[in-house]
Amino acid sequence: MKKPYVHPYIPNSVPAVKEEMLRVVGARDADELYSRMIPERLLLKRPMDLPEPLPSELDLRRHVEGLLNGDGDCSDYLSFLGGGCWNHYVPEVCDVIASRSEFLTAYAGGVYSDLGRFQAIYEFQSLIGELVDMDFSCIPTYDWGAAAGNAVRMASRVTGRKEILVPRTISPARLSIMSNFCDSAHKPDSIKIKSVDYDPETGALDIGDLEDKISERTAGVYFENPTYLGVIEPRCEEISSIAHEHGALSVAGVDPISLGVLSPPGEYDADISCGEVQPLGIHMLAGGGSCGFLASKDEERLAAEYPARMLSITDTEVEGEYGFGQVRYERTSYMARESAKDWVGTTTGLWAIVAAVYMSLMGPEGMRELGEGVLQRAHYAAKILDEIEGVAVPFRGFFKEFPVNFDATGAKVSDVNRGLLERRVFGGKDISIEFPELGQSGLYCFTEKHTKADLTRLADALREVF
Amino acid sequence: MGEEKPRRYHGPVWSEPLITELTSTGERGIMTPEVDEEIKSMGDISSLVPASAIRKRAPGLPELSQAQVLRHYLRLSQMVLGMELDIDLGVGTCTMKYSPKVNERLVAMIGDVHPLQDEATMQGLLEMVYKFGHVFLAEISGMDAFSFQPPGGSAAAYNNAAIMRKYHEVNGELEQRNEIITTIFSHPCDAACPATAGFNLVTIYPDPETGLPDTEALKAAVSERTAGMFITNPEDTGIFNPEIDEWTKMVHEVGGLCSYDQANANAIMGVTRAREAGFDMCFFNLHKTFSSPHGSSGPGCGGVGVVEELAEFLPVPVVVHRDGKYHLDYDRPNSIGRVRDFMGNVQVVLRSYAWSMAMGARGLREAAEVSMINNQYLEKKLLEVRGVTKPYSTEGRVDQIRWSLERMKEETGVGVSDLNRRVIDYGIQSFFTSHHPWIVPEPFTPEPCETYSKADIDYWVSVVQRVSDEAYSEPEKVMGAPHNVAIHKIKSTPFDDPDRWATTWRAYLRKRGKR
Repeated sequence: MKKPYVHPYIPNSVPAVKEEMLRVVGARDADELYSRMIPERLLLKRPMDLPEPLPSELDLRRHVEGLLNGDGDCSDYLSFLGGGCWNHYVPEVCDVIASRSEFLTAYAGGVYSDLGRFQAIYEFQSLIGELVDMDFSCIPTYDWGAAAGNAVRMASRVTGRKEILVPRTISPARLSIMSNFCDSAHKPDSIKIKSVDYDPETGALDIGDLEDKISERTAGVYFENPTYLGVIEPRCEEISSIAHEHGALSVAGVDPISLGVLSPPGEYDADISCGEVQPLGIHMLAGGGSCGFLASKDEERLAAEYPARMLSITDTEVEGEYGFGQVRYERTSYMARESAKDWVGTTTGLWAIVAAVYMSLMGPEGMRELGEGVLQRAHYAAKILDEIEGVAVPFRGFFKEFPVNFDATGAKVSDVNRGLLERRVFGGKDISIEFPELGQSGLYCFTEKHTKADLTRLADALREVF
Repeated sequence: MGEEKPRRYHGPVWSEPLITELTSTGERGIMTPEVDEEIKSMGDISSLVPASAIRKRAPGLPELSQAQVLRHYLRLSQMVLGMELDIDLGVGTCTMKYSPKVNERLVAMIGDVHPLQDEATMQGLLEMVYKFGHVFLAEISGMDAFSFQPPGGSAAAYNNAAIMRKYHEVNGELEQRNEIITTIFSHPCDAACPATAGFNLVTIYPDPETGLPDTEALKAAVSERTAGMFITNPEDTGIFNPEIDEWTKMVHEVGGLCSYDQANANAIMGVTRAREAGFDMCFFNLHKTFSSPHGSSGPGCGGVGVVEELAEFLPVPVVVHRDGKYHLDYDRPNSIGRVRDFMGNVQVVLRSYAWSMAMGARGLREAAEVSMINNQYLEKKLLEVRGVTKPYSTEGRVDQIRWSLERMKEETGVGVSDLNRRVIDYGIQSFFTSHHPWIVPEPFTPEPCETYSKADIDYWVSVVQRVSDEAYSEPEKVMGAPHNVAIHKIKSTPFDDPDRWATTWRAYLRKRGKR
């Protein structure tokens, strides 16, 4: 006898149950029902041609693990990769909360059924507000690039202007995402992105060039701190005032892990801040851990232009109870379709919750301590790398990343990285094409995960490679 | 078999304060790794950072010990009715299907992978991404080339709008083609994303009797100005446009492109495809149809498929298979560029691959058929509930139905927002009502996908039946709901008032004069 088809993910695949349901709905089989809804000519009249299935959980595990077992990661290699996705330590409690069924599998329920989800995400908004020193925030978006894209479009709408200044040192990937947000099918509506040079000595924004390029057409000055090349921007306050003098908004892109030690956007009068949440307790996941945040001054003209959902706290009918709801929901595309402020959708809710847990675990002292330890490791690394013949560290005022230049060794970064890979080290990201003026340079990243032995191992491996 | 009556339920009530209110100065949740003495000797913050760049005031983050942080977030988690805890079929258009737990273990294996690692160290991962597109989605959609860069459904709609923009630009017709056509029962992103990309929108309303998309209206809408069409099918009413191939033909005849929003694809996998319907592009929400957990709203993935002619416009990087190896291809001169950093939400693709491998051709088709049958079965049961009506005369609905409580509202004063607060008193997640505008009055849109058993559906209907009985006997009870969950009805709504809204705790304290 042929075994009936039953799948563990489909309870009603049990033939007797299905037959009973078909009897209730008055049909012989699924085909009969489909033929009442979909025209014959559009029906696929053959079984799909797909690989043999692995309905057994163990068989499936063997198959996928077999594919992944040949891969490497930053646990079995010593990694110095960064560039927007960083290898910070993820506390165990973050993983415990991230894997809770309730958070992992919730979606669009309301505040009464999902109070805890609303509160956790509200706490994310609140704690990001503390880190960046700003009073207004929203649900997170996809990544730093999307947050920056949202931010500059907001600046354009607030000012009614169509030009954005960005630093030459912005991550090229981020710039590309931003360009996609700024382009318009109606070309006169496109937001033009202009690049501001950097000081070749320090890597910081060239203030003179900013003053040359800013004008009454400028909607916003977008700058980063630390920059994509790792440099701490020393004149943020000045950048904000130059923007404001010209009626433009100051938009700061930041790495929140730096904000235990570095001055936050609120302290240098930025109007909007954005950045990447991934360092706050989220695994790299081959880039799948990205999560962008947006925050700003608590001003109506700014709030009115956010595309995202924004949670506010409120009261209920019972004294002392907190409830949560959506601020100015009619702005969003869920309500206003094509008249909305850009668009919203499913973004990165789970990462917001994890980041809230991380910020709560770290507290102010943890963030300070971590920032200081990262600074010290990066500076120590720069010192010992600089001592290697032919290796140079061009910029000095960095946080956790800096370019390492190999020009004097005569080697290409790609060759260096190949040599390091053989020694089970992931060298820094090759930026020789993104920043040709920096020659053969790799962007190296150092975090609290690196021990002194790791840094020595890097220096030794480099010496061997040359 | 099934339970005929709603169970007694009470949601956890922790009355949990905000985390910041729990602060106890000096406590630590976690220690950071020790710094070697020699490394420490590089100096402290003040010697490593210019004075102007040092933080002046410490951030007002909470100070709590580890157990206290864990307890707080566990309590919050308990006050969430996640899909795995309830019969979550009320949340339509979202396909609240089960995401196999084993896939979480598989995803954990790539936790420490950096996206910029040498390709040689990611061949297994890249193979799964490639095959999920070129093997699975290719067969399910009939499309030729794929991208998993868009990190959500709306992001995929924007991606497709950017492709359309680029396509017409390359052909020198962008100035002329500034209109996108959609239907009102297509998802909001099908209107909002093309609009954000700079197009003007033309929205087609259905036939008010049948609910069928209005082909005559499309005829009148297409012109030399048409850049393309963004459309959901089946629409949120569950109605499958029987002339969809005619629609795409009409748009093609005037030189436009057709993008298919397949967020509602769950009940048509292996049944009908984008290719035969004449689409040039489509996207699937992998966090819906392909079983990646919804994650409290993300991370998700909009898996995009396009016809060969449009492959050159896909965002970078594209995973390609060359010389027996998998590569990330960035060298694509006509690409729209980046829509997301790195490789997108690749863990979502991994889960989708694993789920599809567990299903196979037969399982995918079975999931579709059972979802569709579940919807027919739910329909029969819901039609028996007093006050519930099925708007539009078109009989057959595929994956879901946009129902109406208009009659109940007229007869008892109890509307869908009341029902939505009351069902959770019985341990059922509040329903998805409808996107706006509410063409269907007092709408709600359940989607009983393949995860839900006959007994689940019976139970779910018994809750709606109970609330209907209450509406007709003691409506104030329903209107005063919820009664059995963590909070009561929200009284004041300061959400539109700049002086009272508070999107951060610090703003709340300031506005309430507490700081």
